[in-house]
Amino acid sequence: MTTAEPPPKARSRAWTNPFAGIWRRPVAAAALVVVAGISLAVVLAPLLAPHPPLTQDLLHTLSGPSANHLLGTDVLGRDVLSRLLYGGRPTLIGVGLAVLVYAFFGMSLGMLAGYLRGWTDRVIVAALDVMLSVPAVIITLAVLAIFYQSNVAAMLTIGFFASAGLARIIRSSCLALREELFVDAARVSGLGPARIMARHILPRLTGQLLVPVFLFSGNALAIQTGLGFLGLATPAPAPSWGGMVGEAAQIMQQDPYLLFVSGGVIGLMSLSFGLIGDGLRDLEQDRRQATGGRSRQPVPTAALQDAAKPSEKPSDGAVLAVRDYSITFATAQGPRTVVDSIGFTVRPGEIFGLVGESGSGKTVTGLSLLGLLPPNGAVTSGSAWLAGHRISGLPERELQHIRGGEIALVSQEPMVALDPYFTIGSQLGEVIRRTGTAPGGKEAVRERIRELLTSVHLRDPDDVARRHPHELSGGMLQRVVIAMALAGTPKVLIADEPTTALDVTVQAGILDLLRTLRDERGMAIILITHDLGVVADTCDRAIVMEKGHIVEEGSIEDIFYRPQHPYTRKLIESTPSIARTEGRIT
Amino acid sequence: MSATPVLQIDGLAVHYPSRGLRKPPTTVIENVSFEVGRAETVALVGESGSGKTTIGRAVLGLTPVSGGRVLLDGRDITHLTGRARRALSTDIQAIFQNPYGSLNPALPVGRTLAEPLLAGSPRSRGEVRDHITGLLRRVGLPEDAADRYPAQFSGGQRQRIAIARAVARQPRIIICDEPTSALDVTTQAAALDLLSELQTTLGCAYLFITHDLAVVKEFAARTLVLQHGRIVEEGPSTDVCDRPRHEYTRRLVAAAPVPDPVLQRKRRQQRTEAEAEATA
Repeated sequence: MTTAEPPPKARSRAWTNPFAGIWRRPVAAAALVVVAGISLAVVLAPLLAPHPPLTQDLLHTLSGPSANHLLGTDVLGRDVLSRLLYGGRPTLIGVGLAVLVYAFFGMSLGMLAGYLRGWTDRVIVAALDVMLSVPAVIITLAVLAIFYQSNVAAMLTIGFFASAGLARIIRSSCLALREELFVDAARVSGLGPARIMARHILPRLTGQLLVPVFLFSGNALAIQTGLGFLGLATPAPAPSWGGMVGEAAQIMQQDPYLLFVSGGVIGLMSLSFGLIGDGLRDLEQDRRQATGGRSRQPVPTAALQDAAKPSEKPSDGAVLAVRDYSITFATAQGPRTVVDSIGFTVRPGEIFGLVGESGSGKTVTGLSLLGLLPPNGAVTSGSAWLAGHRISGLPERELQHIRGGEIALVSQEPMVALDPYFTIGSQLGEVIRRTGTAPGGKEAVRERIRELLTSVHLRDPDDVARRHPHELSGGMLQRVVIAMALAGTPKVLIADEPTTALDVTVQAGILDLLRTLRDERGMAIILITHDLGVVADTCDRAIVMEKGHIVEEGSIEDIFYRPQHPYTRKLIESTPSIARTEGRIT
Repeated sequence: MSATPVLQIDGLAVHYPSRGLRKPPTTVIENVSFEVGRAETVALVGESGSGKTTIGRAVLGLTPVSGGRVLLDGRDITHLTGRARRALSTDIQAIFQNPYGSLNPALPVGRTLAEPLLAGSPRSRGEVRDHITGLLRRVGLPEDAADRYPAQFSGGQRQRIAIARAVARQPRIIICDEPTSALDVTTQAAALDLLSELQTTLGCAYLFITHDLAVVKEFAARTLVLQHGRIVEEGPSTDVCDRPRHEYTRRLVAAAPVPDPVLQRKRRQQRTEAEAEATA
């Protein structure tokens, strides 16, 4: 673990409310208000409706809006507003039922298939395929032939058949969830499948349920009103939204006004359901992108200006010098200084250790030298000098020039540094062309690739160049990454935990290689590591960092045999050694 | 070692089913046999791909076994499933490598710690509460930790929670899969001390799976070295680390860096010479 951990207090929320933050999205918020408002009005229809929905007033047919009839009257002189309010009941009840059935079957079928696997999975998946392939509307019509004009039967059928789509989504999330270590841990604790699903799986899935539910609500509304329009869902004189559209359509030529009213309500509701679904999906995406606890705000510019002040150029023959150097991160709790006024000097041809545990600031220091701090971090005081030139506070364009040229990086995970889609040769060639170290045509570049891969002791460079990253072992990949770093013949190589992800026998080889490269090329290497064994093996000098401060600095002999700071002593004592004679237990 | 070992592995084999029709299945573990005695710590050492984690998962019933037997106190548990397998949770427990993944982030620590109790006989709310408080105290965490979420704890603290969960029902053996490799060295030392202390007070055995020979030497009584799914060397940890017999163990020992520059220089020289000899 090399990255500076975000402060552990940052996230205390366990379950994130999927609606949290929806008020900052005006469209989705408005849609939510529309749906809630109309639903409430429909529920309160007996209180709100100015007239009974079936009372006819044949003297005032098709009257248009008036004080007595706010939305006018229909062809039989019935109050349109009242009919809309009452008519929403079968419609929304139908939609609600369909959604309940949809969520219930989608959730339970998906979860059972995804968690239990085996035969249960096979049977359920086969059933879902059938459900998806039969035309649900025709089945619904068949159901209506049996249960004539039954809104409930029709909408239950629609919800059930549509649930197949949801079940598939839930199943695949569940497949991923059951591989989580905490699910294994619960199994080892002796919990049965029902308990694991209820405690560990279901709460994680509910967040994913909402978006499909809202999108389906829109569909269900369209289908319900469609059935109403055909007169299949609600028996005649009783109002329903679909039925009102049907009645309005009959007098469309005469007076299209009624069509706008009934159609408008349906359209508005349908649109709102969709907008809420979209809004929730966007919110979910935002949450996923927001890195835990970190704020995206940049560090206050006042602090930055301080760092930009000219400071004294170091005079000694150091290849890299860092003076009074501080790094601050903007977090949700305000600015946090992770590196506090440190200073050190690296001489040419030296392997210099940056030693510390997680949170010590060692990796952040290394990355900042390359100008690779995350957007919420910045160097807030001091300066860094590479071979007499100031590199801290340089604009990105100039940094790009230095990066990969005079100063290069080898990171912990070689796979991250390489693109899985391209061969080693083509990636190395690209770096070579960019650094401009192989003037001449293709042949020169190819020759340089061979030379670089040979210099990192890869046995068959031509074969390696033809391969894709996944075809090589971790140790070979790390050698390739080192070769890439060497392409620009850097003066300083920053190696950030270069062997932490590797097996110990492979690690020994990589450390040998770093030492050889230093001897051959005389470049300086900054080795960032938490492993004191690696430091003892490889470094000439080192600094020990704790919580952003340097607590110890000196030759490794000084550090290991004459440590001054209690933290250094504690680190050395805690590091297990295969050479130590006394054991913890025998 | 007493008469019946706590855990006995006899000719264990694990194959992963092949992808495609005519390809043979992949062999992960082949004919592995060993025993873990009462309150004993046995280390399983190997590099990535050696199958050490698979052995642990096979013992826990998380990976299907294709051959051989796993015996707990002399009882065959190899193919137990369902209720019978769940009943074993009183005797076999586990601590996983990644304390960030092994605790459900959405559950307060107290509820995670109550899980092993859920599987046992029903207890009153007060009893569970007392039990959890006792567990937290035992692993050196404050009592109010029960109401907080995993995200509010550091890696070392989370591993203590995982340890507390493992010892909740005083198991006979705990499978520790790289329990400290994600931790800082100072935290690792404290976690290992805690494990030793719990072993003395509770008398549980450990199957300690790791890649780090240096930890093994300080922590385990016996060591098995695993390569490509087979045991290549077995013996007291001090013998394996100081006088390795198998060529692979020798390479492992030679490659482990020690936190002592002068000694390490000497060891490196010896390793380079040995490598030169081997290639010559």
